[in-house]
Amino acid sequence: MSHAILVDLTECVGCGACRDACQQIHHFPQVEATSLDAQNFTTLRLYENPESGTETYIRQMCQHCKEPACASACLVGALEKTKDGAVTWDANKCIGCRYCMLACPFDIPKYEWGSNNPKVRKCTMCYQERHVREDYEVDDAGYVIDRKGKRVTVDGREITAEERDTILEMTTNYEGNRASACSVACPMEATIFGERSELVAEAQRRIRENPDSYVHKVYGLKEVGGTSVFYLSNVSFESLGFRTKLEETPLPEKTWRVLEKIPDIVVTAGVALGAVYWITNRREEVRRFEDEKKNRIKTKS
Amino acid sequence: MKNALQNITFWKVVAAVFLLGGLTAAIVRFGWGLGAATNLSDITPWGLWIGFDVVTGVGLAAGGFTLAGIVYIFNLKRFKPIVRPAILTAFMGYCLVIVGLLFDLGRPWSIWHALIYQNPHSVLFEVAMCVMLYTTVLALEFSPVVLERFRMKRALKIVKAITIPLIVLGILLSMLHQSSLGSLYLIVPQKMHPFWYSPMLPVFFFVSAVAVGLGMTILESYLSARAFQKTLETPLLRDLARIMIGILLVYFTARFIDLLRRDVLHLVFESSFETAMLWLEVALMLFIPLLLFNIKNWGRTRQGLFFTAFSMVLGFITNRLNVTMTSLERYYQQNFGVTYFPSIGELAVTIAIVTAGFVLFALAVKYLPIFPHHEEETVLRFDNAAERSPSPQISGKPAAELQRH
Repeated sequence: MSHAILVDLTECVGCGACRDACQQIHHFPQVEATSLDAQNFTTLRLYENPESGTETYIRQMCQHCKEPACASACLVGALEKTKDGAVTWDANKCIGCRYCMLACPFDIPKYEWGSNNPKVRKCTMCYQERHVREDYEVDDAGYVIDRKGKRVTVDGREITAEERDTILEMTTNYEGNRASACSVACPMEATIFGERSELVAEAQRRIRENPDSYVHKVYGLKEVGGTSVFYLSNVSFESLGFRTKLEETPLPEKTWRVLEKIPDIVVTAGVALGAVYWITNRREEVRRFEDEKKNRIKTKS
Repeated sequence: MKNALQNITFWKVVAAVFLLGGLTAAIVRFGWGLGAATNLSDITPWGLWIGFDVVTGVGLAAGGFTLAGIVYIFNLKRFKPIVRPAILTAFMGYCLVIVGLLFDLGRPWSIWHALIYQNPHSVLFEVAMCVMLYTTVLALEFSPVVLERFRMKRALKIVKAITIPLIVLGILLSMLHQSSLGSLYLIVPQKMHPFWYSPMLPVFFFVSAVAVGLGMTILESYLSARAFQKTLETPLLRDLARIMIGILLVYFTARFIDLLRRDVLHLVFESSFETAMLWLEVALMLFIPLLLFNIKNWGRTRQGLFFTAFSMVLGFITNRLNVTMTSLERYYQQNFGVTYFPSIGELAVTIAIVTAGFVLFALAVKYLPIFPHHEEETVLRFDNAAERSPSPQISGKPAAELQRH
């Protein structure tokens, strides 16, 4: 099952519950940030339409691409597209090269610039939080352990029973399903967490049933080969500042096209170099032999 | 005491100042983090240290594989006297690239992770492997110099026996490495200015690296000649310059066709920052070298060759900085209203690394048998170094002693 998030900007009232929940579950300071950074995985920005005067709140977060450029760029594979649908980051692998930040077409991964042991930070669709289970028990020291008896860590921290319950509450929606904290917090139908194909159908249904309230595009469906976060809007995505010029080809293909040729290049070039070496040396050997022959004839005569 | 004071020259003072500046910046970098020492940000994650210290640095070290190939594979033995300085520069260059990398990595102590958590889909993984393997190969290629100096005959024999496989391996790794630095940028087509984003980037990077490898070799032998009276025959350098210009003509023809095919040629007369930088690159890398090399009587002298190569190297640096920095400025500006320019700390570290390169090169030339002493003796000496008992005096004389002769 691959999860996704549908963000319907026409439903968003800008209350900021998604942002607050995100900050709370990650233990970040509660601020009204308008741009992403290492302590803000989602933000709300107000867009006033100059023509109609209507207001649209733009929620920004990681797109969780189907074929993420960040994960393909990461030399140690710290970033990973999980089967769950979320793109996650592993603190134990990262060496801090920041190629993921350059590679991301949406400029999502952020960095702890002030730290001497900096982490790459971005939305993980509450991946670890959603996998904290109700039946996890607590060990003698008061920390939550999984079924194998191993301490459960969320975001690099071991969690207490109290924290487990907070996480469970924040990542369980009214239907009893586990979902990202932002979607659970949303009081409107603006952020929905669910199965990817169902959400695609839902997005298309909303456009079909209310064709006048939407621009006829599901943002995220085709961009860079498709993502796991979709947007619906009544204002053109371009004027909202979305990256609208992205190709439909997944970006990792651009580098893989070159990388996959390496074995051929090595073999071909290796053989070619060997051949050139053999020819040039043979030529010299022959020349040396002929010189010797000439010398011998000279000395004889 | 008097002697020691006389030894302090203007350039030594300059070098000391630059190195101290780099040290200060290093303390800030490792004490307070990347944010304190650099102008890097969430919007501009890569800057001067990647653009110059790594991407340009590797390019400037290309002389090692270029000349090794010319001499050992294409068997053009007359270039043999230049192989050593070229390999020395390459080896030092790669060591300094690694130093630069350690500055730039957020968690430099985990650099070894590249060995165990391999992601074959990452261009940067290829880059990391190439840096590691090629630095090892260069160390081995360079080792005869040290082994000769300390008369370690058996080790010398072993290294000499694997020379050709080493050279071939070095060339293959260099091909991959030089081109992969261009491939790094293939993943950001929508961020880069179309002058520099091209699906051909890896090929362009490799071809221009071969050219700058030759240019750097000409520069080095000129500077060494001035500083240490250790010199190479002008005709050799002239041939190198000729090959270099040939490669540059091919390179720029390919660049021109590429711009034409991607339908961006009309932009080259637009008035913009990018256009100016492109023309600066083309002028320094192609037009000025072409012009200087063809000035009658002067162009083919040592000085003429020096300026030809110098301009080309500057043009090459401009190209690498254009790809890594200039090409992204418009994207940053349009989407975030941000402009990146390196901080004093970034500049100080880069300048210190370049200075370290000069100092190490000078020390190596002074104390190790890098340059041949007698021109007529060179071929013999290099060929039979393993059998003959090498005398460190041949070319290891301190410069001062040579001056007296």
